[in-house]
Amino acid sequence: MSTTTTRDLARPAPAKPSKAGPRRGLRGSGTFNFWLFTGPFLIGLLIFVYVPIGWSIWLSFYEARFTVTPSTFVGFDNYRFMLENDNFIGALGTFTVFAAIIVPTTWALSLGLALLVNRLRFMRAFFRSVFFLPTACSYVAASLIWKMSIFNGVRFGLANTVLGWFGVENIAWLDNPNPPWYWLVILTARLWLQSGFYMILFLAALQNIPGELYEAAAIDGAKPGWQTFRHITLPQLRATSTAVILLLLIAAYQAFDEFFNLLSKTTWGRPPLVELYYTALGDNQDYGAGSAGAVILTLLIVIVTLFQGKIMGFGRGDESK
Amino acid sequence: MTKAAPAGGPRRASRGRGAMGSTGLYVSVGVAALLFLIPFYVLVRNALSTDAEITGEEWRLFPTDIQWGNITAPFEDTMVDFGQSMVNSLIVGVLHTVGTLLVCSLAGYGLARIPYRHANKVFYAVLFTLMVPTAVTFVPGFVMVSSLGWIDSYRGLIIPGLFSGFTCFLFRQYFLGFPKELEEAARVDGLGYWGAYWRVVVPNSLNFFAAIATITFINGWNSFLWPLVIGQDPSAWTVQVALSAYMTNQTVNYHLIFMATAISILPLLLVFLFLQRWLVQGIAQTGIKG
Repeated sequence: MSTTTTRDLARPAPAKPSKAGPRRGLRGSGTFNFWLFTGPFLIGLLIFVYVPIGWSIWLSFYEARFTVTPSTFVGFDNYRFMLENDNFIGALGTFTVFAAIIVPTTWALSLGLALLVNRLRFMRAFFRSVFFLPTACSYVAASLIWKMSIFNGVRFGLANTVLGWFGVENIAWLDNPNPPWYWLVILTARLWLQSGFYMILFLAALQNIPGELYEAAAIDGAKPGWQTFRHITLPQLRATSTAVILLLLIAAYQAFDEFFNLLSKTTWGRPPLVELYYTALGDNQDYGAGSAGAVILTLLIVIVTLFQGKIMGFGRGDESK
Repeated sequence: MTKAAPAGGPRRASRGRGAMGSTGLYVSVGVAALLFLIPFYVLVRNALSTDAEITGEEWRLFPTDIQWGNITAPFEDTMVDFGQSMVNSLIVGVLHTVGTLLVCSLAGYGLARIPYRHANKVFYAVLFTLMVPTAVTFVPGFVMVSSLGWIDSYRGLIIPGLFSGFTCFLFRQYFLGFPKELEEAARVDGLGYWGAYWRVVVPNSLNFFAAIATITFINGWNSFLWPLVIGQDPSAWTVQVALSAYMTNQTVNYHLIFMATAISILPLLLVFLFLQRWLVQGIAQTGIKG
């Protein structure tokens, strides 16, 4: 191969034995070692990812209530049932609203925090830690704090207490969908939980921007502030921004914990995974319909991911890395 | 507030010396930090108050009489076995972390470094699983685990989560950048792939392992959906499932559930305080979602 010739030219003698050595003995055999290293992982992947997915696809074509070894083939009935099911379609709507709000707000907040922290001279580590700390909390813990205290619907909830100082009546934040106050509760909880995490990503990216760019811009007469932000910082953060938006979208898509805990026992405001949970593991234990729903959701996220990768230009993102 | 910050902040601060700019910067950061700390304040205040004070007419800034006795309350509760759930979470969290690191790092190394004709095909099989969001596979995963008879067991809580295509992928990327010379030197000394891996590669990669371990532990400790599905019996609940049960219970002991929440967060706060360096490094390198 051509690589061998260039290698020999570059490093004549010592490279050869070290390159050829490991390939000879049994211990150095590539095939054996490859399976030795990857075998445990691949077996697990097969049993706990591939087989379940295959099983689930199979189940989705059967009438499978309370059983995972069904015998009644029903064709696409489960898919038809899910796609004509108002709850499931409603869940897709809930996800769309949720993603449309949470993705841009988290992006803006985490970028804003990163820009602020990046400017600090004193107590920088302290402030970074403060914004990062909520990442230590689980969605369940945050839901509890939000539901039981901050957004408690009665008078001793913190939000209602503060509103009470201004003479506003108590608001039942989570009790009914109209007006949809529950969105405020869910969105603030998630913003608090995940912004610090993405701030860290943006901070790392900000520190990788070469200082010369700003110096050059200053020489060219660019005003520091909005101009340099718009024409240097933002373009330099392109790869990170793309990755953050994709991660946020996937995270929003998988939202379960806070909806399940904040809106327990409601029939409204359910995102797809909560709906799926009640379909497959609720009172009906309808594994057929649940599996069909999982297949539909998987197809949707694959399409969205590929589509987003296309428009946001993943190739370019990699290049600038 | 935060929208205005990126536009206003940099301009002022980059002029730098102006006392005004720097004051504005610190005021906005300070306000944001206070807002971020409110939930922690509420948590600590409620955990150390009596129920009468929590539900009282007036908002008390802090309990007049700090109730240290609340610390034992969750462990004495008869409705939810909080102590057991903490033990479960610790065992699951630690084994989940150790297992994931072991299995995924080996596979990542194999994919990155060991020549094999079909290595690419195997890699694509791993990449494919990244397209399927793990959370969506809980229905098929449950089907599989229940037919193995692993419901309500540590096996069911831990093993299915070990085979993370994403963690494997991260290890592969990392090992691709690992200096080849070190391994070659080890093999000149007569070590095979296995020996070189354990004696040279792993000891020189401890930073990366620590970073991945920290993030894996946090994710394991905080995960809710899978433990909820697997832990049908209260004895198999993790701490997150126990907290969730508090919210749906008929009777609500405010001081108890806030104390329980505080205790459940404590291990991770310790992780944050002592391992923050690796955590930040890990996140910056990988961008794993928690």
